Amino acid sequence: MHRRVVFEGKFLPYLLLTPQLAIVIVFFFWPAWQAIFQSLLRQDPFGLRTEFIWFENFVQVLSNPFYLSSVRTTVVFSAAVILLAMSSALLLAVMADSGVRGAGVYKTLLLWPYAIAPAVAGALWLFMFHPTVGIFGRALNAAGLGWDYMLHGWQALLLIALASAWKRVGYNFIFFLAGLQSIPKEVTEAASVDGAGPFQRFRKIIFPLLSPTTFFLLVVNVIWAFFETFGVVHSLTKGGPGKATETLIYKVYVDGVVNLDLGGSSAQSVILMLVVVALTAVQFRYIERRVHYQ
Amino acid sequence: MTTRTKFFVGFVCFAVVAAAFASTPDVKAAQPTAPALVAQAGRVQVDFWHGLGRPLGGILEDIAAEFNASQTRYHVNATFKGSYPETMVAAIAAFRAGNAPHIVQMFEVGTATMMAAKGAVKPVHELMKEAGVPFDPSIYLPAIRGYYSTTDGRMVAMPFNSSTAVLWYNRDAFRKAGLDPAKPPKTWAETRAAAQRIRSTNAAACGFTFAWPTWTQFEQFSAIHDTPLATKANGFEGLDAEMATNSPLHVRHTQALLDMMKEGSFKYGGRDSAADALFPSGECAMIHASSGLRARVLRDAKFDWGVAYLPYYDDVKGAPKNSIIGGAAFWVMTSPRRTAEEYRAVAEFFKFIGRPEVVARWHMESGFLPITYPGITLVNALGYYAANPGADIPYKQLTRSLPSRNSKGLRLGNMPEIRVVLQEEMELVFQGQKSAKAAMDAGVRRANEILRRFEKVHTGQ
Amino acid sequence: MSAPAVAQQRPALTSPRAGRRPVNWVPHLVLSIGVVIFAFPVYMALIGSTHDPATIARGEMPLTPGQNAASNFQQAWAVGEGMRVKAAPVQMMMRNSFIMAVVIAGGKIAISILSAFAVAFFRFPLRMFFFWMIFITLMLPVEVRIIPTYAVVTNLGMINTFWGLTVPLLASATGTLIFRTFFLTIPDELVEAAKLDGAGPMKFFWSILLPMSSTAIAALFVILFVYGWNQYLWPLLITTSREMETIVIGITKMIGTGEAQTDWHLIMATTMLALIPPVSVVMLMQRWFVKGLIGTEK
Repeated sequence: MHRRVVFEGKFLPYLLLTPQLAIVIVFFFWPAWQAIFQSLLRQDPFGLRTEFIWFENFVQVLSNPFYLSSVRTTVVFSAAVILLAMSSALLLAVMADSGVRGAGVYKTLLLWPYAIAPAVAGALWLFMFHPTVGIFGRALNAAGLGWDYMLHGWQALLLIALASAWKRVGYNFIFFLAGLQSIPKEVTEAASVDGAGPFQRFRKIIFPLLSPTTFFLLVVNVIWAFFETFGVVHSLTKGGPGKATETLIYKVYVDGVVNLDLGGSSAQSVILMLVVVALTAVQFRYIERRVHYQ
Repeated sequence: MTTRTKFFVGFVCFAVVAAAFASTPDVKAAQPTAPALVAQAGRVQVDFWHGLGRPLGGILEDIAAEFNASQTRYHVNATFKGSYPETMVAAIAAFRAGNAPHIVQMFEVGTATMMAAKGAVKPVHELMKEAGVPFDPSIYLPAIRGYYSTTDGRMVAMPFNSSTAVLWYNRDAFRKAGLDPAKPPKTWAETRAAAQRIRSTNAAACGFTFAWPTWTQFEQFSAIHDTPLATKANGFEGLDAEMATNSPLHVRHTQALLDMMKEGSFKYGGRDSAADALFPSGECAMIHASSGLRARVLRDAKFDWGVAYLPYYDDVKGAPKNSIIGGAAFWVMTSPRRTAEEYRAVAEFFKFIGRPEVVARWHMESGFLPITYPGITLVNALGYYAANPGADIPYKQLTRSLPSRNSKGLRLGNMPEIRVVLQEEMELVFQGQKSAKAAMDAGVRRANEILRRFEKVHTGQ
Repeated sequence: MSAPAVAQQRPALTSPRAGRRPVNWVPHLVLSIGVVIFAFPVYMALIGSTHDPATIARGEMPLTPGQNAASNFQQAWAVGEGMRVKAAPVQMMMRNSFIMAVVIAGGKIAISILSAFAVAFFRFPLRMFFFWMIFITLMLPVEVRIIPTYAVVTNLGMINTFWGLTVPLLASATGTLIFRTFFLTIPDELVEAAKLDGAGPMKFFWSILLPMSSTAIAALFVILFVYGWNQYLWPLLITTSREMETIVIGITKMIGTGEAQTDWHLIMATTMLALIPPVSVVMLMQRWFVKGLIGTEK
């Protein structure tokens, strides 16, 4: 990972690094340290009264049944989003890779929801599934199915999962398609000579060869579903009804910004931080391995 | 090479568009600010963050503009900062960064949090005294004054947009159901009978609903029935107050709502203001909602409607008492570099918004309560109540008795969080997951934990 | 670029298989259904933006466009306020979003190409330490440090300014990683040749490295433009006046509690306008976008 030939320079490299390091130190390390420090404090919202309490915030967070139920919500939500977003992306990618005419056009038409902000995606889905305004909300109620995501927790969860998955499919599609296109054609053709049907060919040959892509996508989708769906939740359900859609990152926001429990919220952030670090480590190891393959 | 060319063409296009955007004389943005800047020169600037969306926020900003036009020394910059909780958070974050606005509008359930923040907040009585601006708290209605005063009666925040909960009912639906539109239900028994009748005659798709579940069905309900919501006079007498919402009366009421839901006479409309829409659309024939709903009902309801007092259980001793307020008040925040002249500017602004004509105008345009006696007198003199039957119901309900220990208001820490807890427990009952008693007990337990956390943060124990 | 998958792309579109066989309708069917599902929410928003508020509030909105498109978009673009919602005019919010997105994209590219150049082409004490310092910024979700970051920005007097809106978001490693990975693929011979010609490091940077990086820069620009445009939580806290509001924030504020009786026609018109820049950037610059995407994440 290092090059042999390099330039000489005593001060130049430091000079080149200065802008980025300055920004990173001022706007990342200093605030991050403050957040970790905050997780060990009990403090009123205005910061007028502070008490150092070691890990009491962590104990309280981890023994809180609502925190554990938020873990459950997050897992269910993430699993639903990932399953939906990855399986449909894989299906579409396989179809687009099947030598179909106009695959490029399809690619463009499938890709663009990626560019939509999560909060805006929430607004779009709200407009479709609003119980009295939305076209589907009305239809479901007309069919007597009692659709009201403001009352039924599972409906709210389903809605944010759909909106999030909708926004995510394009991303996964691009990676699956790239993965499929990197599989040498000879491999699949050899299999069809052996008389394997398209489905068998996919299951026995293509899917295993695709597993690095799938694994990579799994990791980044987990991170995405954990953290970047905040905008969807905030614009659609605000965590309700009950705490049905209160994911971990949303709880950090609610406890810190709405309930003003800064210590508890910081402790939750630190816990999440550890989760990301672990996931990133997994991902990083995987990248290193791939680099060695090349 | 072609890639590079394409890229540079693309980049240049971007740059051009960006430049065009940046240099477009932004008519809307420039017009209000540019002349204002000139006029502002030399004036004492007051930052005022509020949490009122359209259309109410517009009226409020008009009032600030009027104040600015009424004199030449001070200038109030009224800025919408999002919902009340968002405004609160922004103000707190700004305070911590040493950059608090001069005035922040805070919803009534944030009162305990603000009061506990000694040093961050300048009490209004102190502000007025130091600035030498004459100020008479006794012109404010007792239920409003009490909510924002210390136990020894000194006003801490400046009331402005206060509301209370009332019954809105659809007279057309009442007629269709064979009910007397001149006689809205007074008690809960009558409410239920009317709702059943509306459903059985199909005069409306839903008989009864309520908005702001905790506010209307716990806070107002407890005050009207002279029943404590929490011990220690609802928290006025100490941070060690405990919830009392699992009393037999509260359990009975929750059970009654569940029964009504099961028989189809009541529909749960969701949290906070979500149910508001069910009334003007004609879906629900009765709703317990804020008196502030008036502007919207006037605009949207395509039917004959009326306003009435909230119902009560007539077998409860002491009922009905006065209701309590909701809405928000203005708080003065401190900041390291704040000058006496700036406080003076705030005091002058407060004096301005306490004028009867401002109070009356705000009341008539927004539907919030007339908060002072001179204001009510003026509104009456203008003939507003004669022309708008029912518009006086909210303040009459609020003043129908002198506030008792249980109907003075609330002073509970982290009240927004407690509201959510009680809503959640109520929802669990409606979803059939818990009995009324179990849910109320759980609500008390959870809310007490929240109260203890607040106590710990503010007293260290 | 570390995008082997893309680099090895075989020409699937011109595959001889496609020409010989009878047209297989299954992929077309599946892909078309996918396209329709993707487009439908936006189509509904488009329809919503062409009707009057009463029709929408009554729940009577049809599947076909209404009569009010011009007036709705005009109102959203120039005024932004309806009967029930209060927001800044879309043109103002779009301008803010645009400045934010361009500054974030340009700024990130500028600072990260310099630091990647230092890390990849020099050997100096603490090199890897600095690299890890930058790398680790990938790991912290923004919520973790939002309030302390806000305090820092206020102390620097950058609240409610474009600097405050953009500079703190430059503190991330993605650009540096991409450029570094790309720089490591540049053959040593090129550097040797430059050195033999007597070119100093900065000359090499300007006349060789920068032109070679144009694809990577374009790819990053697209990704970061979308990233900047879609920012949510940070602008929510940092903008204290309507004049500074970005369009994504504006939409959520307009929705409020999501009641039936709100100005859905304006919200949907604003939503449509908010979609146009990032979606068109992605669609028009699709090739770079795909490269950037694969490069950013790997």
